[in-house]
This record gives sequence, C-alpha cells and structure tokens, in this order.
Amino acid sequence: MRPETEAELAEMIAAAKGPLRIRGGGTREVGRPVEGAALETGGLSGISLYEPGALTMVAGAGTPLAEIEAALAAEGQRLAFEPGDWRGLLGTEGQSTIGGVVAANASGPRRVTIGACRDFMLGVRFVDGAGHVVKNGGRVMKNVTGYDLVKLMSGAWGTLGVLSEVSFKVLPQPEATGVLLCEGLSDAAAIAALSRALGSPWEVSGAAHLHRGVDGAPVTMIRVEGLENAVAYRCDRLQALLADVGTFTVERDPERTAAGWRHIRDVVPFQGRDGEVWRLSVTPSEAPGIVAQLEGVEAVYDWGGGLVWLLAPEGTDVRRVLRSGHATLFRASAVRRAAEPVFAPQPSPLAALEAGLRAKFDPRQILNPGLMG
Amino acid sequence: MDMPPPRPERLAQKSELVARLGKVLGPSGVIHAEAELRAYECDALSAYRCPPMVAVLPARTEEVAAVLRICHQMGVPVVPRGAGTSLAGGALPTADCVILGVARMNAVLETDYANRVIRVQTGRTNLSVTGAVEADGFFYAPDPSSQLACAIAGNIAMNSGGAHCLKYGVTTNNLLGVTMVLMDGSVVEIGGAHMDAGGLDLLGVICGSEGQLGVVTEATLRILPKPEGARPVLMGFDSNEVAGACVSDIIKAGILPVAIEFMDRPCIRACEDFAHAGYPDCEALLIVEVEGSEAEIDDQLARIKAIAERHDPLELREARDADEAGRIWLGRKSAFGAMGQINDYMCLDGTIPVNELPLVLRRISEMSRDYGLEVANVFHAGDGNMHPLILYNANKPGDLELCERLGADILKLCVEVGGCLTGEHGVGIEKRDLMWDQYGAADLEAQMAVKDVFDPAWLLNPAKVFPLDASEGRRGQLAAE
Repeated sequence: MRPETEAELAEMIAAAKGPLRIRGGGTREVGRPVEGAALETGGLSGISLYEPGALTMVAGAGTPLAEIEAALAAEGQRLAFEPGDWRGLLGTEGQSTIGGVVAANASGPRRVTIGACRDFMLGVRFVDGAGHVVKNGGRVMKNVTGYDLVKLMSGAWGTLGVLSEVSFKVLPQPEATGVLLCEGLSDAAAIAALSRALGSPWEVSGAAHLHRGVDGAPVTMIRVEGLENAVAYRCDRLQALLADVGTFTVERDPERTAAGWRHIRDVVPFQGRDGEVWRLSVTPSEAPGIVAQLEGVEAVYDWGGGLVWLLAPEGTDVRRVLRSGHATLFRASAVRRAAEPVFAPQPSPLAALEAGLRAKFDPRQILNPGLMG
Repeated sequence: MDMPPPRPERLAQKSELVARLGKVLGPSGVIHAEAELRAYECDALSAYRCPPMVAVLPARTEEVAAVLRICHQMGVPVVPRGAGTSLAGGALPTADCVILGVARMNAVLETDYANRVIRVQTGRTNLSVTGAVEADGFFYAPDPSSQLACAIAGNIAMNSGGAHCLKYGVTTNNLLGVTMVLMDGSVVEIGGAHMDAGGLDLLGVICGSEGQLGVVTEATLRILPKPEGARPVLMGFDSNEVAGACVSDIIKAGILPVAIEFMDRPCIRACEDFAHAGYPDCEALLIVEVEGSEAEIDDQLARIKAIAERHDPLELREARDADEAGRIWLGRKSAFGAMGQINDYMCLDGTIPVNELPLVLRRISEMSRDYGLEVANVFHAGDGNMHPLILYNANKPGDLELCERLGADILKLCVEVGGCLTGEHGVGIEKRDLMWDQYGAADLEAQMAVKDVFDPAWLLNPAKVFPLDASEGRRGQLAAE
C-alpha cells in the first residue's frame, strides 16, 4: 500500500483487515520484526511550507530527508538535531524520510546541548489506528494549546499513528566549526573531560569519545560552532581548561570537522562488523563504569557519555549492568529481536499507561504491532 | 465563562473528607474554614473566583498519594496548584473540589554538576532553582516573567516558557524526569538524569497537560552553565510593522539572539513610568539580547545593529554596563505589573508565525479601535509569542465581557494566520471554549483519550483545557457511576 494523500492513508488504515508494517524509507529497521502488509508513506511527499525568516518548515511525512536538507542548505539553514544515517550501521538501503526520522526520534550528537528531534517538532498530522485523521501542535515555536501529542508521536515508531505531515523548527548553519581532539584517554578520563567541557560557558555542541578512532587509538572529540571569532576563542579556552587532561589539538577544516561528526552520528566504527549493537541512554558519569563491566565490547560514547553505542558479542546481557537509564538492542538478527525485548521493558505502572495509550490510539493493534515490545 | 455547577453529593461529603484528609496530613495540612479557603479562590486570572471545598498542603510524595487515593475513592475532583500564578485560570477551583497545593514541597533533593541536572520538589519556585546552582556557575533556563513566585509544578503543568526560550527552549526541553502521582494514588517514575526516557514519550505529554494527568511532585531538570556575559541592545522604531520586519531580518541573517522582546507605545510608556529604564518615546521598541564573551557579544551586536540601521531606527542603544542592562530588562519584566498599576487588563498569549507579525499587529490595532478598548503589546517576538494586554475597567458594567470578546477575536486571528491560542500560559479556563477554533473533534478526542488513560474518572482538574461540551460525556459518566 502506498497512499498518495492523507485521505487515502486514512481509508487504507480504516479498511485494513490485519497488521500493517509502516515504512518510510525503510532505512531504520529497528525493533521487534513486524509481520504485516507494508504501508509505505513515500507518496506523502513534498515541502508545503518553508519560511526561513520564521525558522519553520512543513513537509509530508514521506518527504526524503535529503530533499529537506537540500532545501535548508540553500537558505543557509539546517536540521539542528542532525539525524543520523543508519543505513551503514543497520545494513539497510533506501532513502530516509522525515516521517521516519520523527517516528524514530532520531537525534544526533547535538542532542546533548540543543535537544533531540522531538524538541524541534512543532506539529504533526497523523492517522490513528482507527483511521481518524488527527492534527496536533502547529507551525509556531511556542505552543501549549492542549496536550503535546507531537512529543508522544515522536519516537513512537509508528505504533500510535501513521504520520502524514510534520512541521518543525530549523536553525541557521553556523559560520564556523571547531573540533578539539585528544588521543589515548581512558573512558573515565574522557567522560570526565567531556563533562567539564559541557559544564563550561563555551557552548559545546558535540562531546564524544570512541574506543577506536580512525587510526585505531581512542579519541575524544569536542565540538564548538558559531561565529568565526567566537569559535577560535572558545577552542582556546577549552584547550586551556583541559590542559591537565591531555593535549587537545584543534581541527578547523569544515570538511574534516563535518566528516568527524558524521562518523559519530552514523556510528561508522560499527558498520559492517560482526556482533550486536546496543544503544544505551544513561546518566553520563555512570557510562564508563557500565561499559567496564561488559566483556568484549567496543564503545562509542556520544552526548558526553549520555548515549553509548556498544558493539557486543551476540547474546551479551547489557541490561544486567544498568543502574539507571535504558538499553535498546539496536542491531541484531531478526531471530534475536523476536526473542529479546528490543526496547527496554517498562516498569509496571508505566507499562500499563503505555498499553492504555496504545489501546486508545490503535484499538485493533494493527500499527507496527509489537515493534516496541 | 461557565464552570460546571458543584455536585450536592460531593458537598455533602465535606466533613468525612476533611476527617480522612486530616488523618494523613495532620490538622495543619488541611484547610477547610471558609475564611481561609478564600486564599485559594483564584489564581492570577483573578476575574474568576470560587473558593474550593477543601485545600490541602501535603509535604511529601507519599502524602500526595494518600490525598489522591482518598479523593479518588470519594469521587471528589482535585485541582492541583503550584504558586497560583496561572494567567489562564489553570488553578481555578470549583466549589466541590479539593485544591492540592505543593507549596510545602520545595526542597532541592540533589544537584549533580557532572551530569548538569538538579532534582527538586516541585513546589520550589522557578527562580530559586537557579538560586540553588548559580554560585557554581549554572542556571535553570526557562524564565517566565513570574519566575520569582511561580512553582516548578506549575511550570511543568503549563510547559512554561519565558523571554530566553528562543535559545534555550521551554520547560519541556529542559525536563528530564518526574515523579508523578496518578489520581488513583499510584506513583510513577519517568526518566531521570539520562537524556531520553525509555518507551513512549510520556514525559512529553505530561509536560503541558495542565495538571490533568497526574500531580508531579519531583522533577529532574537540566541546568546549564551560565554564559560569560550577556548584553541587550535597545531599538526604537516609528512603527510596529518596521520593528516586526527588523525581527524577521535578524533571524533570517542567521544570528540567533538569546531573546528578542517587543513592546508597543502604550506598553513602553507604562514601563518607563514604572521602571525608569530610559526607554525612548516611540511606537515600537525591541530589546535584543546576545550572549557570550565580550568579543563575541560585540561581534553579534555589530551585525544586529547593521540590520537595524537598514530599518531607520529612532534609537539604537547598547547597554553600557550591567546596571543599564538590568534596567532595560527590569522595564520589560515589570511590564505586566506596570500595566496593572494603570488599568485592569487581560493578558493573551497567542503565538503566530514570526513573518505574520506586521499583519497581526495592524489587525489588532484595528480591532482595538472597533471595540473601543486599548490594547498594549509586549511579547517574545523572536518566537512569535504575542502578549496583547487588553485594558478594561472592571468596575464598568459590560467591560469585562467586551474585553473577553475582543480577546477571543484576537486569538482567532492568531489561529487564522497559522498560529495558536496559547504559547506559554496554557488553556486553563480562559481559552478552553476557543479550542474548537484550533482543533476539530478528532483532534480533541485524541487528546481527551490521553486523559482517559491517566485519569479514567476525570477527577483531576476536570473542567479545564477542553471545551465543556466536548468533555461533558466523560465528566458526565462520573455522575452515572
């Protein structure tokens, strides 16, 4: 099924006799495998409004991410939450869509300071599991008119409704970028350094640490963005702040800095390698201790340690060592994803609320049923 | 503005209710004498008043749970109250309800600089969250004008914003976790110091749900390092349209100030008389603030001033020192108080796409003429969050009703140009019946379905947010039980 309009989408869902597998571009194959008829959103495509002066865009959910990014770039703007391209990591193909980005709440390195995908979403239109067209939010920056279903739909992986249109806030591209790099730090020293950088007034917009950088050694990365002079100044100050930790060199080349953060954003170090990939959302300072308890794993720390990508041997029980936060079994065989909860099971009162919401928004349980567990 | 009439069967239970609540809270935690209940009869939307049946002041999450359990068992509605600063009537009682005030729960539970979070009880005031961390160089970003008085509980309920959210976002963007008590007394923990809670984004839907889904007793909030410095620049223009165009040009140029505030002539005059900020005598005033190091501030302000120059400003003045910067902001932050000294007013907060500013301001001034009521505008221009203040005379018969009609027309205009009814104050009772202008039946049904899940009996703040005719069946079910 491939509806060309929102009305067609609503008809198809209302008429559905069984489970539907909702598909944007098919690049974010995460979650318990879903059996069902494919429902593709690619026909709901196109940018319907773009106001650079109001930092706002409205687009059909099936609009290719690349089309959106190109339109923004032409006006010197961007999606500030820098959604990742997970094709390499997940071994998928196709064209990522904006609806898929929102459904996955796909948020890149900048999430640590300026926010996640959901923080930039201003409005949604969607069709619920009964075939009702629902709108929520709008296209303005501040909106508390009724409940915020925009957030609820962001990161719901299409299980509460199928997005037909999204509106979101965009930001100007910065004039300059600087990246501080340090090799050879231990996890604990690196996360402590990132914490100090993030606690400084120098507006860090990326804070990552990799077990294996491009030349095989651990590398710690800190990014600042802004006006040319400000970036130079802040890089100096951060170097001074962290002088006792190690020698941080500064990279200012636009191509190289962009590539460096794509490396983190897209989890390039784990692409094409054997093993399972876990995505941990944890209290940043606890991250190194968690990783240290697991054998045979490799880590990419993002968000100052708040996000940990782990490459782990198949069958590793990552959840056993978590004290707070949660872990998602992000990449694993379909067999394993069918057996192991991909998304961390919620404690009972929350699980009951989630089940209640699913029963209301998708009473027949036909939208990506079971994907989130 | 209607509220559902009190139900006699609830009022008849008052003495039993007071006795049961007294057992869990002690006598000092339960207020039931008529004279004392007057303190809870309204919030900052003081045109509407109604003393509650009982007010309670629990001191801990467990006490909140006990209160809600009792009210749930007895079928008594509960209206949560932060500091009572809502401009939308979010904490307005009904005569058959229990007001649950969080004022006694104001402790800082944990500050964690390594992870840049603070955990507080939600009765704590907004400004005192910053107060707890500022000596160490941090602050809590959302800064509603009422920040000296307003409570975090109310900020979460209304998803409050402030002057600086152009850069830092509103409450929902700075809230990482909550402890919340559901109407049946069960306690849920969502999120924490990690950056995204698992599962569905319940935190996102709780924030801004106007106390209708649960009572948030503790919150984990993001704290941010204080910038090295900040400096406002003041710009005066001879028309609202030109000032609006200047705002749009600044944003389009790729500069992102931390705040862009807008005031029109009536507001400028009142603020100047009140705060002596040295505001120029002109039609429209912008306060644009940028942050960073001295050099960075100079750089940004130079670019902003270059843009402003193209719009022939009557005045263009940077704050020379901290004292002057403070006075510039004092004028803006005291705007509501200043207006209140000269008039009764109703404050709206519709939000519009920034590029519609000139059109909307012109239409508001036309409407103002047609209705014969003066409208002063003071608002967050960078994000399109308008604050038209409609001036009226509460002692003049019919003036409040006229003011409400003008207010409704202005909000409908906001919706018409692609905006919304409320940007940061919340729907409460004030905009409740205008929700039909923003949303269709299926849209409201989806929102009400969320409340059905969290509060199936519709006992928490039941007559707010949704038009009474839309929620009637749900609130009605209760009577049938």
